[in-house]
Amino acid sequence: MSRATLELVDVSKEYPRRGGAVRALEGIDLHIERGEFVCVVGASGSGKSTLLSLIAGLTKPTAGEVLLDGSPVVGPGPDRGLVFQVGAVYPWRTVERNVAYGLEFLPISRDERRARVAWFLAETGLTDLRHALPRQLSGGQLQRVAIARALACEPEVLLLDEPFGALDVQTKEDMQLLIRGIWQDTGTTILLVTHDVPEAVFLGQRVVVFASDPGRVAADITVDLPDDRDLTDKRAPKFLALQSSIEDLVRSYHRHHTGT
Amino acid sequence: MAAPWSTATGVTRARQTPRGWSALPRRRPPRARPPLFAIRAPISRRARWTLVAVSILGSFGAWWALSVSGLVDPAEYLPTPAATFAAGLEMARSGQLFTDAWATIGRVMVGFGAAIAASVPLGIVMGTFRAGQSLFEPVIGLVRYLPATAFIPLLIIWLGLGEPHKATLIFLGTFFFNTLMTADAVRGVPAAFVDVSFTLGARTGETVRKVIIPHSLPGMIDSVRVNSAAAWNMVVVAELIAAESGLGYRITRLQRFLQIDDIFAILMVIALFGLTMDVVLRLLRDRVGRWV
Repeated sequence: MSRATLELVDVSKEYPRRGGAVRALEGIDLHIERGEFVCVVGASGSGKSTLLSLIAGLTKPTAGEVLLDGSPVVGPGPDRGLVFQVGAVYPWRTVERNVAYGLEFLPISRDERRARVAWFLAETGLTDLRHALPRQLSGGQLQRVAIARALACEPEVLLLDEPFGALDVQTKEDMQLLIRGIWQDTGTTILLVTHDVPEAVFLGQRVVVFASDPGRVAADITVDLPDDRDLTDKRAPKFLALQSSIEDLVRSYHRHHTGT
Repeated sequence: MAAPWSTATGVTRARQTPRGWSALPRRRPPRARPPLFAIRAPISRRARWTLVAVSILGSFGAWWALSVSGLVDPAEYLPTPAATFAAGLEMARSGQLFTDAWATIGRVMVGFGAAIAASVPLGIVMGTFRAGQSLFEPVIGLVRYLPATAFIPLLIIWLGLGEPHKATLIFLGTFFFNTLMTADAVRGVPAAFVDVSFTLGARTGETVRKVIIPHSLPGMIDSVRVNSAAAWNMVVVAELIAAESGLGYRITRLQRFLQIDDIFAILMVIALFGLTMDVVLRLLRDRVGRWV
């Protein structure tokens, strides 16, 4: 009996297109344990976003099963929080009210809701910005709101779809430290999709490499680095070696994809 | 072992031989244009207000010049601005202007109010659910092209000459357009906003209430603003044809006595009311849509 929180069993996803279907994903087998931090890397077109859509329950697989704690996923819900590359933070609500969104549907008192929201605002460094409107915020701040909003619902799994892709390098690295800190503080299971290999190696305990055409699992690599990481580790020889081998792997699948 | 990209990368470039043509001809650079004529360039506050003043004063000036010039008989064709203003003042003093205006405004509130109450929910349903769109759009899309004014004889036959006929005319003139414009505003909600709502635990009704409606609200107010002009047109037309009170009715009465300065005064009042309505709704839209 698997202890996995999240399990994909032989999952495939096809999209109908003129002139034949597009296989976004084929035969995906993935097991993620409770509390793990797993990163998925791959070039564009490897079905990484489709993977998250399936887990989040926004689409259904063409074949195979997506299981959470043994039960099939039937639709979206707060147990699988989702953060997009462009956060979809609600512009008519303040930061505080955005983070409170998921809690408004639950039978908890207003005081409890306020306290919970305050905790997650502090966790993401947004306390001073809690009354700001999204249009006053930078990209990094907006992503923090999106993350806090998903986290406030205490999901089983937090799904992040290239969350830092639109940010500049310094902000991106701040956010990488932030998400690792959140992971260590809350113990949430995290699945983060990215095309940035150093980011994947820095953040994950495991890096799953996806190939494209069709999207499939090419490799599942354990990151043999200590749990306490900081940005300077990115320059360590061990890190660079792991990064290089994964980059070579991704590029080899990319070349096959473009036919050279 | 060589890294995979030490030789060719995934992009192939063709090797070029020296080109067989001479340097590209250059055009003379364009002359610098003053900001007034540069695309989208901001202009000074002074320039802006000067142009607004020119527009308003120029129009009044042309009116005045034409009416005093003798080219047109002021008694029969074009009263002077001064005569118009005096006539308006007289109607206001006698109270008649206010009773007429109140009657007209009341009809707009009833007819347009009913149209908004019906079109907004329908527009939300049509914009949110594909099923709603498929069900309602064919009929609404077709009926929209029937001019409401063409219904006037029919409405008189069906409903007589009283209030129901006028309210219905305003309703017909605004309901269909407002429904379609509301549906468009609702359809403009990004899919990601809706998806995220579900991943945060909201149900369908809650998502409509808490995401779709707040996002569409400025657009919905704007479509009410645009259709308020149509409502205003409709009410005056209805009163011109069959009424016993109101600004349009007053115009037909005055026509019998050839009181064109009174008529012009009423036209000005109608225009000013319409403009006020537009400005108020614009301000409301900007207030509600502070976040846009």
